[in-house]
Amino acid sequence: MRDTLRFVLNGEAVSLSDVDPRTTLLDWLRERRRLTGTKEGCNEGDCGACTVGVTRLEDGVPRRRAVNACIQLLPMLDGASVTTVEAIAGPERLHPAQQAMVDLHGSQCGFCTPGFVMSLWSAYPDGPQPRRAVEDAIAGNLCRCTGYGPILESGEKMHALPAPDWETDPLPALEAVASAESLALTAAGCTAYVPATEDELATLVAAHPEAVIVAGATDVGLWITKRLMEPAALIFVNRVKGFDRVVETPTHVELGAGATYARAAAALASLSPDLGEMVRRLGSVQVRNSGCVGANIANGSPIGDGPPPLIALGAELVLRKGDAARTIPLEDFFLDYGKQDRAPGEYVSAVRIPRPKSPDSLKVYKISKRFDQDITATLGAFLIEIADGAVASASIVYGGMAGIPKRARAVEAALLGRPWTLETVEAALPAYAEDFQPMSDMRASAEYRLRAAQNLLLKTFHETSGAPSKTRLVGAEALA
Amino acid sequence: MNAPSRPLSQKTEIEGGVRAPQRHDSGHKHVSGTATYVDDIPTPADCLSVAFGLSPKARARILSIDLGPVRAAPGVVDVLTAADIPGANDVSPNAVHEPLLAEDGEVFFVGQPIFAVVATSHLAARKAARLAQIEWEELPAILTVEEAVAADSLFEAPYVMQRGDALAAIAAAPKVIEGSIGIGGQEHFYLESQAALAVPGEDADVTVHCSSQHPTEIQHKVAENLAVPFNAVTVEVRRMGGGFGGKESQGNALAAICAVAAKRLNRPVKMRYDRDDDMQITGKRHGFRIDYRVGIDEDGRILGVQFEQMAHCGWSLDLSMPVADRAMFHADNAYYLPHAYIRSYRCRTNTCSNTAFRGFGGPQGMVGIERVLDQIAFELGREPAEIRALNYYDRPGGERVMTPYHMEVEDNVIHALSEQLLASSDYADRRAKIKDFNAQSPVLKKGIAFTPVKFGISFTLTWMNQASALVHVYTDGSVHLNHGGTEMGQGLFVKVAQVAAEVFQIDFDRVKITATNTGKSANTAPTAASSGSDINGMAVKNACEQIKDRLTAFAAERFQTTPDQVRFLPGRVQVGEAQIAFEELVSQAFMARVSLSAAGHYATPKIHWDRAAARGRPFYYFAYGAAVTEATIDTLTGEYRFDRADILHDVGRSLNPAIDLGQIEGGYIQGLGWLTMEELFWDDAGRLRTHAPSTYKIPTASDRPEMSIALFDNENREETIFRSKAVGEPPLMLGISALMALSDAVAACGDGTVYPDLDAPATPERVLRAVDRVRGRAWETTRESGR
Ligand SMILES: Cc1cc2nc3c(=O)[nH]c(=O)nc-3n(C[C@H](O)[C@H](O)[C@H](O)COP(=O)(O)OP(=O)(O)OC[C@H]3O[C@@H](n4cnc5c(N)ncnc54)[C@H](O)[C@@H]3O)c2cc1C
Ligand code: FES
Repeated sequence: MRDTLRFVLNGEAVSLSDVDPRTTLLDWLRERRRLTGTKEGCNEGDCGACTVGVTRLEDGVPRRRAVNACIQLLPMLDGASVTTVEAIAGPERLHPAQQAMVDLHGSQCGFCTPGFVMSLWSAYPDGPQPRRAVEDAIAGNLCRCTGYGPILESGEKMHALPAPDWETDPLPALEAVASAESLALTAAGCTAYVPATEDELATLVAAHPEAVIVAGATDVGLWITKRLMEPAALIFVNRVKGFDRVVETPTHVELGAGATYARAAAALASLSPDLGEMVRRLGSVQVRNSGCVGANIANGSPIGDGPPPLIALGAELVLRKGDAARTIPLEDFFLDYGKQDRAPGEYVSAVRIPRPKSPDSLKVYKISKRFDQDITATLGAFLIEIADGAVASASIVYGGMAGIPKRARAVEAALLGRPWTLETVEAALPAYAEDFQPMSDMRASAEYRLRAAQNLLLKTFHETSGAPSKTRLVGAEALA
Repeated sequence: MNAPSRPLSQKTEIEGGVRAPQRHDSGHKHVSGTATYVDDIPTPADCLSVAFGLSPKARARILSIDLGPVRAAPGVVDVLTAADIPGANDVSPNAVHEPLLAEDGEVFFVGQPIFAVVATSHLAARKAARLAQIEWEELPAILTVEEAVAADSLFEAPYVMQRGDALAAIAAAPKVIEGSIGIGGQEHFYLESQAALAVPGEDADVTVHCSSQHPTEIQHKVAENLAVPFNAVTVEVRRMGGGFGGKESQGNALAAICAVAAKRLNRPVKMRYDRDDDMQITGKRHGFRIDYRVGIDEDGRILGVQFEQMAHCGWSLDLSMPVADRAMFHADNAYYLPHAYIRSYRCRTNTCSNTAFRGFGGPQGMVGIERVLDQIAFELGREPAEIRALNYYDRPGGERVMTPYHMEVEDNVIHALSEQLLASSDYADRRAKIKDFNAQSPVLKKGIAFTPVKFGISFTLTWMNQASALVHVYTDGSVHLNHGGTEMGQGLFVKVAQVAAEVFQIDFDRVKITATNTGKSANTAPTAASSGSDINGMAVKNACEQIKDRLTAFAAERFQTTPDQVRFLPGRVQVGEAQIAFEELVSQAFMARVSLSAAGHYATPKIHWDRAAARGRPFYYFAYGAAVTEATIDTLTGEYRFDRADILHDVGRSLNPAIDLGQIEGGYIQGLGWLTMEELFWDDAGRLRTHAPSTYKIPTASDRPEMSIALFDNENREETIFRSKAVGEPPLMLGISALMALSDAVAACGDGTVYPDLDAPATPERVLRAVDRVRGRAWETTRESGR
C-alpha cells in the first residue's frame, strides 16, 4: 500500500503525502503552486473557469479530458496527468486554441478565458467539428461578456492554424507515475483510500461503512466546497480496475459503477437516441468526464437524470457488500426521499440495462430553464409498446415529480389495453394527480411540473402517432 | 539643429490608431492565464483572508450573539464586529448611511454581513464564519414591491416626471389599453466574484487592490472606515473579471473590511466572496412592476400614457435613486409621448440592496413602453413594427421631438436605422413565412419581433460627468497612460490607448496601459453609464494635446518656424521642410527642459438637470439601435429557442469596430438572458434560492441565436471623442426583442383575442402559462418570483 499520491503536473511528476485529501485541485494549484491561471468562478462545477485538462490511460490509450478543478479532490488524480493553461503554449507560439481566441476577440474581461481555452484544448485532438459540437464542447463554460460568438468561431477556426508541433507523447510521464498498488493517504484528520481492485474496494467499504464513497465528485465535491463538510474518510473508486467498464452486448449494456457519463455516452445512445440526447444535456463535458452513471443512481437524488430512463428500460442494479453481491430492479432501489435500498458497507457495483425492442421506442424529455447544463425541473421517460393499435405495455417514469424517481403507475394503468389515441391519452391525464403531488421550488412551480408532465405524454403521443410536424427544439430531431 | 540621429518612419498610417479593430490589449494574457486579477496577486506568506458572517434572517433583532466558537475555530486570527471599525462603519455610495457590519443588533436582509472573520486561509475563514451562535427575534419582513407600496415602505415620496396632461388625454382618447408587467431583476454574474486585497503601509497608509468600477469611492470608503484622510489611501485596479455595474458600489464592503483588518493586524489581508455568498450579499438589477394606461387613436398613435413604476430597491438606498430615475427617462424609448405621466415608487424591502446593472434602470423603463407598443399592435391587429414606427420621435427638425423630461431629441436616426434593419433582416418576408409555419405546426410555434433602442448618454447626476488622466512621454518616445476609467473587459483601455496613439501619431504598442490608480488620476467618476471611453478618452486626449502643444512649440522654435508648420505624421513630426522622429523630438525637448507629462481633464458640455422640476438636458446625446429576433416555442413545455437575431446599432464613428461589435453581441445576449431564462427566486422567508449558477441560469453558447450584427453608418453630431458614441449599455436593450418574439409566438397560439401578458423573465413556465392562457385554459400558480 502506497501512502504517497503521484501524478503529473504540466509534464513534471508530483508526489504528495502530507496534503489534506479533501483539498481541491483548484485550491492546490492556486494556493500551493501559484498557478493562478486556473480561475475560481463558482467553486461548484458550473462555470468552467477552473477547467484543466486531465490525461489518463483509457483502454490503454492516453486520453485528454476537460474537468473542473474546483471539484476534483486531489486523490482522484492519482496516476493522471494534469495540464493547466500556463503549460499549453509552445516555446514560440500560442496553442491554436489560444491564438484563435486572441485573433477573433474571444476574450473581453478574460476571467472565463483560461477555462474556455482548456475546453477547446481538450477538444482539439478531435479535429474540426460542426458548430453544434463546439457548442457542446463549451457548454460547461460560462461567459458573461462576449455572447459566445467569437468563442464558437475560435473553436472552429483553431484547426486552420498551424498544429502545435511541440507537444510530446504523454505516455512516458503517465507510466512514470503509474502504479498497480492501492493508495491510502492520511493527513489533516482525513484518510483517503484509493483502492486498485474491486475486491479491495469491497473490503474497504465494508470495513469503513461511514466513509464517503467518491466517484467523480460532481456531487461530493460540493459537499466540501459549499456545505463545508469535513468527512474523515473517503474511498475513491476511480482507480478500481474494471470499475469503469462499458460492455455492450446484443441484449444489454452493462456499466461498472465507475463508468463516467462520457465513457458510457455512446453505449447509452445505442439503447435509444433520446437517451443519448439526454446524456448530451446532462451536466457538461466537464461534468460528464467526471460524473459516473452509477453515482447518479447511488446519490438517490429525485432529480438525477439517469434513473428515470433506466427504470423505464427495466435496468437492474448490482449491489455488493464484502463478497456478497445482489441484483435488484433499479426501480426498487429508491425507497423514499433520501432513502435507498443500500445497507451500510454496501455499494453500487454495476448497472445492467436491457436493450429496448427498438431504440426509438424510448422517449426521454428533459425540461429545464436552460437546455445545456441545467438541473431538471421535470424529466419524463416513456417506453410504450403498441400492439394492434392498443397499448400493450407502458413504463412511464418521471424525475422531479416526487421524492424519488417515480413511475406513473396510475397513468400507466389508464393507458394499458386501450387504443393508442388522443382520447385515451387525454382520458389518462387526470391520473397524474394520483401519481404525483410535485413541489414548488426555484426551478418550477408544482402546477407547472404537473402540467408539463402531462403534456409530455401528449408529446409522446404526437411523436408516436405519425404526426408529421416537428416537436423538438433541440437534438437531432430538432427543427432546423 | 542636429541632423536626425534616428531612422525616420515612412509609414502612412500608424498601427492601432482610432477606428482600427485593435485586439484587446490583454488578449494574449487572458488566454495564457497570465492576466492578473486581485486574487492572483502574489502575497506574502502572512497574508490573511476574511469572510463575513451573514444574516440568515430577512428582518430580525439579535437577542444574543456568541462569537466564541468563531474565535476558537482553526486558523482564526481575529473577529470583528461593528464596534471594531475605527471609523464610520459605512459603505454607502450616497449620503445616507449604510452599515458595513450590522449595527444596533438589527438585520435587514438574508445575507447581510454581521461580523467578519480574519483567518489564515479563505476556507478557514468561511468555515469559521458559519459558527456563530445567535438568538433572534424575528420581525415582519417586506419582500415584494406590492407589499412595500401597501406599507408605504418607500425611500422617498413617489417622484413624478410629466409633460402635458396625460390623464385627460387618456380619458379623451378613442381607445384605452391598460395592463401591468412584472420585470425580474438580474444577477450580474461577473465571472470574477468581488475581491479586495489591502496592504498596510507606514503611518496611516494603506494600499488597496480591488475589483472595482469606482476606485475613488473605494478610496473614500476605506478612509472613512479607518478614520484617516483620503490621501492615506491608494486604490489600484488593473482589471476586473467582469463588472456590468455590479462593481460600482458593491465592492466597498470588501475593501473597507480588508483595510481595517490590515491596519489592525499590520498584515496584508484579502477577501473574495465565494460565489454563493456574492449572490446573496450583493445587489442586483432592480426588479420592477410597471402598471400602464395608454390612450391611442384609431391608427395606434399614442395620445397619452401613464406609467406607475415600482422599483424593487432592497434594504438600503445604494444607487436606487438614479436607477429609478433612469427607468423614468427611458419610459419613452424612441417614442413620442405627447402627454406623459410617469410616477416612480422606490420600494424599500428586506432583500439585498439592488444596484447598478448595465442600463441602470433604462432597460426596465424601456421594457414598459415596448410592452405597451406590443399590446397596442395586438389589440388593433396591426403589424407591430409599423405601430412602432408610427410612434417614433420625428426626425430632427420635426415637431414631435420633446421628451417627457423636456429635452429635445436632436440626433434622431431611428427611422433610417429601422428601415435599413427591417430590409436587411427580411422582416416582412419572414413574418409571412412564420405565419405559414404556424398554420401547419401544432406543437412548435414561431414568433418574430422588432424593437428599437434610444438610450441617453451621460450620468444623470451632472457633476459626475468629468474625468481625469495622466500621461507621461518618456525620453525614448514611449508613453505611459493613466486615466480614471477602469477595465472590466469592455475594451476601454484599448480604446483610450488608441486615442493616445492617434494624437501622438505613434504605434499602439508604444503606449503602455497602466492600472487605474487613485494616486495617478484622482477624484474620478465610476466607470459607468457607458461613459468610459467618452470621458476618459477626452481626458487623455486633453493630456496628450497639452504635451503635443508643448512639443509643437518647442519644434517650431528649434526649427525656426511657426507652430502651424508642425505636423505629427505617423512615427515622425514634420517641422517646416524637415522631418524628425517622434522619439528624437521628445528627447530633444527633454534636453531643452520641456515637460513631457500632463494631467488631462474633461467635463461633458451642454448637460444640466433640474430634478425638482424634472426638466433639463440630462443627456449629451442618444445612442440608437434596433434588433429583430425570431423565436420558436414548444407549446407543450414552454421551452423555446432563439433562432436568429439581426442587429443594427449606432456607435457613431467607431473608435474600434471589433470591440464595439463585441459589446453589442455581449449586451444583446445579456439582455436576452435577463428577460428569458435568468430567474431570481426568493422564498417566503426572504432567502434567495437561486444563489449559484446551478440554479441561476445565464445563457450558454447554445442559447445564442444565429446572429448578424452591423454598425449603423453615423457620426455623433456632438463633439465626442473622434465622433464616436458610447456602446457599453445600449445594446443590452436590444435583447427586449427576444421577449417580444416570445410574446409573438405565444399570441400565435390563440385566436387573437387574449393578449399573452408575458412577464419577464419569460421562463419556460411563464411561456407555458401564457400559451394556456391565450388558449383559454388558464391555470394559476402558487409560486411567483422575480420581483
Ligand atoms: C455542474 C453540474 C451539473 C450537473 N448536471 C446534472 C444533470 O444535468 N443531471 C443530473 O442528473 N445530474 C447532474 N449533476 C449531478 C452529478 O453530476 C451527477 O449526479 C453525477 O452522476 C454524480 O456522479 P459522480 O461520479 O460525480 O458522483 P459523486 O459525487 O462521486 O458521488 C455521488 C454520490 O454517490 C455516492 N456514490 C458514488 N459512487 C458510489 C458507489 N459505487 N456506490 C455507492 N455510492 C456511491 C457518493 O458517496 C455520493 O453520495 C450535475 C452536477 C454538477 C456539478
Ligand atoms: S470554479 Fe466554476 S466550475 Fe469550477
